[in-house]
Amino acid sequence: MTVARFWRENSPRYNLKASKCGNCGKVSFPPRTVCPECHRKSIGKMQEFQLSGKGEVYSFSIVHDAPAQFQNQKPYIVAMIKLDEGIMVTGQVIDCELDKVEIGMRVWASFRKLGEEGPGGVIHYGYKFHPEL
Amino acid sequence: MDVGIVSYGAYIPRYRIAPKEIGRVWGSDGEAMGKNLMIFSKSVPSPDEDVITISVAAARSMMKRTDVNPKDIGALYVGSESHPYAVKPTGTIVAEAIEASPEITVADYEFACKAGTAAIQTCMGLVGSGMVKYGVAIGADTSQGAPGDALEYSASAGGAAFLIGSDKIIAKLNLTYSYTTDTPDFWRREGQPYPSHGGRFTGEPAYFKHMTACALGTMKKAGTKPTDYKYAIFHQPNGKFPSRVAKQLGFTDEQIKTGLLTPYIGNTYSGAVPLGLSAVLDEAKPGDRIFAIAYGSGAGCDGFDITVTNEITNYKRENAPSVKFMIDNNKFIDYATYARYRGKIRMKEGGE
Repeated sequence: MTVARFWRENSPRYNLKASKCGNCGKVSFPPRTVCPECHRKSIGKMQEFQLSGKGEVYSFSIVHDAPAQFQNQKPYIVAMIKLDEGIMVTGQVIDCELDKVEIGMRVWASFRKLGEEGPGGVIHYGYKFHPEL
Repeated sequence: MDVGIVSYGAYIPRYRIAPKEIGRVWGSDGEAMGKNLMIFSKSVPSPDEDVITISVAAARSMMKRTDVNPKDIGALYVGSESHPYAVKPTGTIVAEAIEASPEITVADYEFACKAGTAAIQTCMGLVGSGMVKYGVAIGADTSQGAPGDALEYSASAGGAAFLIGSDKIIAKLNLTYSYTTDTPDFWRREGQPYPSHGGRFTGEPAYFKHMTACALGTMKKAGTKPTDYKYAIFHQPNGKFPSRVAKQLGFTDEQIKTGLLTPYIGNTYSGAVPLGLSAVLDEAKPGDRIFAIAYGSGAGCDGFDITVTNEITNYKRENAPSVKFMIDNNKFIDYATYARYRGKIRMKEGGE
């Protein structure tokens, strides 16, 4: 993984910045420069759109066989989160007991370490979700 | 121009470990150790938490409580002795995460446990001189104690962020006073995973000498005495030291109890006085006077004389979790889980 590839998406990943089509109103995340619905009609009309970071668990899975970078955290919850703006994102659910997670559970986004490129490499940060406080 | 705290936010990781559990592993009487240090539990960060995530969580809570435009923040300083990078500032990531970038000056500070209050002093100067409209000062740590060392019973994690400005201030920073000498009571050399300390030398010639001198100097400069203050926060490497220094200076248990968090969350190092001050601001009322003395090994102290303003009645404290909520929202873990979370177990290459 190159440094630049992650860096390019820091803003959306840190702050859940989406895009909204000024033509049809469709919200896209990660943000797009052209609307997937309107195509060329959206050119020059795409706006930055702030997602609230609040939503609910649409579906989830508990990971017991984790990639090497996540060995330290297993078992952990990965979920599809339906944000209040209708956008679906995938993220880890943290600060939640494994037997407490359920479909429909309200969650809020928080900022956590996502991984790192080895002990001497760059550290990646971004959103995860915790139960509503 | 009055300079003060416009907003604040705090963060304490959810996991806890008790001294008894640490003592069980190392063949020590952990319960007695905890009692002696006045520490009943300490916070433990998750494997995906570090000083950057703690600083961001605290700074975001700070921004949730105010209407200040993040683009009006002209400076951001993060004080810590556990910055995740040796080279690459913590503050750049925090500034980006609260959308204060790019027209902002940022730097990371280190002065053992008082780097966060040094950041507050810098922001006071920048705001007071008119160089910036708002400055952010953060104190946060994920401190480490070597396995089996006395420090392991106290070294914990947490942090707090303060927005310093001159408009709509909820607490006026009346003055600050510092006392600094070359005293090698506690240190960590470059590349070393755990700090070293001078044992009993960390007490009288280090903590007590500097805390007493700074407290007396701050009160002399402010023209105040202990009874003028509703609250007092003293740096808290354990529960015993701040209680003793408070008594020596003439402060009562009532004055220090709100800001004394170490018995429940351990020593959060650079986060200690900032978190204690946050706990006080969670309940302070207009006119309350606050006394705060931070200590950093090496060694030095920063003293503050603070007065809560009427603006705190309009302030949206409820927009972010209180310190008390985060202290109570906890989960205790055993030593094996703690060792795993804190990276004390040597993993095969490719693992975390």
